[in-house]
Amino acid sequence: MFIINAPVVKTIELENQIFLLKIHSPEIASLINPGQFLNIRVSDSVHPLLRRPFSVCDVEGDEFYLMFNIYGEGTRILAHKHPGELVDILGPLGHGFNYSGDYDTAVIIAGGLGAAPFPYLTRKIGGNKKILTFVGGRTHIDIIKYGMKNISVSTDDGSSGFTGTVVQLLESKLGDLNKKKIKVFGCGPNAMLSALKTVCIKQDIECEVSTECAMACGFGICQGCPIESTQRKDRYMLVCKDGPVFNIRDIEI
Amino acid sequence: MNNVDLSVKVGPMTFRNPILLASGTVGYGNEISEFIDLNKIGGIVTKSLSLKPRKGNPPQRIVETPSGMLNAIGLANVGVEEYIKEKIPFIEKYDVPLICNIAASTIEEYVECTRILTEQAAVDAFEINVSCPNVKEGGLQFGNNVAAVGKITEKVKSVTNKPVIIKLSPNVSYISEFAQAVKDSGGDAVSAINTLVGTAFNIFTRKPKIRNVNGGLSGPAIKPVAIAKVLEIHQKVDIPIIGAGGIMDWKDVLEFMIAGSSAVQIGTLNFIDPAAPMKIIKELEEYCLDAGLSKLSALTGSYII
Repeated sequence: MFIINAPVVKTIELENQIFLLKIHSPEIASLINPGQFLNIRVSDSVHPLLRRPFSVCDVEGDEFYLMFNIYGEGTRILAHKHPGELVDILGPLGHGFNYSGDYDTAVIIAGGLGAAPFPYLTRKIGGNKKILTFVGGRTHIDIIKYGMKNISVSTDDGSSGFTGTVVQLLESKLGDLNKKKIKVFGCGPNAMLSALKTVCIKQDIECEVSTECAMACGFGICQGCPIESTQRKDRYMLVCKDGPVFNIRDIEI
Repeated sequence: MNNVDLSVKVGPMTFRNPILLASGTVGYGNEISEFIDLNKIGGIVTKSLSLKPRKGNPPQRIVETPSGMLNAIGLANVGVEEYIKEKIPFIEKYDVPLICNIAASTIEEYVECTRILTEQAAVDAFEINVSCPNVKEGGLQFGNNVAAVGKITEKVKSVTNKPVIIKLSPNVSYISEFAQAVKDSGGDAVSAINTLVGTAFNIFTRKPKIRNVNGGLSGPAIKPVAIAKVLEIHQKVDIPIIGAGGIMDWKDVLEFMIAGSSAVQIGTLNFIDPAAPMKIIKELEEYCLDAGLSKLSALTGSYII
């Protein structure tokens, strides 16, 4: 965990207002794991004031990518960074995915921008295990496929792929899989994670999810990002320090 | 001139420089020590401690507002017992004044927390939080009541020989009346200010952005309010003031000192740039050298009005 100013290499606009920011930092690139995040100060100004947390989308050599959409002032500034401009980065933060282990097939489930950490996870899992990816959105323009493989799509309105939620899509495919030999990796809105938890518990499937919460510092001092634990009712865990990736059985969602 | 004296006196306390780290913005010191050398900081104020552990408020606890942020953490903390067992062993390795911030729902609880912690050699002073806007009981219920603030000060002082600082709320008409009550009840200093009560709504859902509805506003947005409160106390009451509210750089520190602060606290800035307190100390030293000022504390209350 450290603070570093790193230069933008380029900004790439994918379809549908999704941006990729490529940043040069051997320090971050060599240390960060899939699912870990960075807390980024988008300008020296006091507005926006706080850093913005982003999970790392992918790593290539000495460079890494962030994936985001323009949601507010912070992401608008970030999307307009020019090559060579320095970005103030605090990280690497939190715990990432545990993708080693005794399973044959990684099943990736992404809802909308929940796709962000998965290109890097897909790269890291590499050829060691089979990967199946399910991406979902409300409608076809919400579907992000960047950097992932063996993709099946769901949309709530049926405008692309399976009609229904991405968790319903997963359920429909579970019959083809050996549930003892898969591990699910999820990221998306809370409603999706909640449905995913129900399925994984019912079907006895191992599952890790990346969560999100508004936060200020990103490393445990502001206490701004509590998440309810299934183990201890007398205290919250923190998304930033104890997560953002959790075993889905350890969190109330 | 190549030597400048950054040290400051706050009542019976001496700090090697005026930069204290504010309660609730540095936990118990562990995490921030990865960014700063605690042996060089003026002092550290712990996250509010209560007699029993507190879970704190459910999310969402934080939202950004123009040049500021609202928080409603709800005094989440490990409680005095675990603090002594698990947290003091870390901080006592450092040569840094340790100020324990105490929060409570009753006067008795303030007293009991102080009594327990005063036996700890590592604890150098207390800051009593009578001004948390985010809990149902205690907090502002005391902070808005001059008599209660006086009584808490007196009762806490009666169980400790260590300095007692009272952290005052800005959510009152005349903060100097509260500072006067602290002085009259034997308090050693005041911290001014705690956060301002604020609210933000999501216009699409019409729900408050923070689950607790109200939060405490901090950050540069509140600095002029804090400066005004410090000045009011300085003009009306003879008590040392630790200024706080939206400090972002060394110039803000000077402004607080000129308005009457003997020392200051860095708060929200620790979330954004946890290394900033070190930079500020260095810059204060450079300022003194450039300005030919041999003793930084000469600035306290040096306003010309």
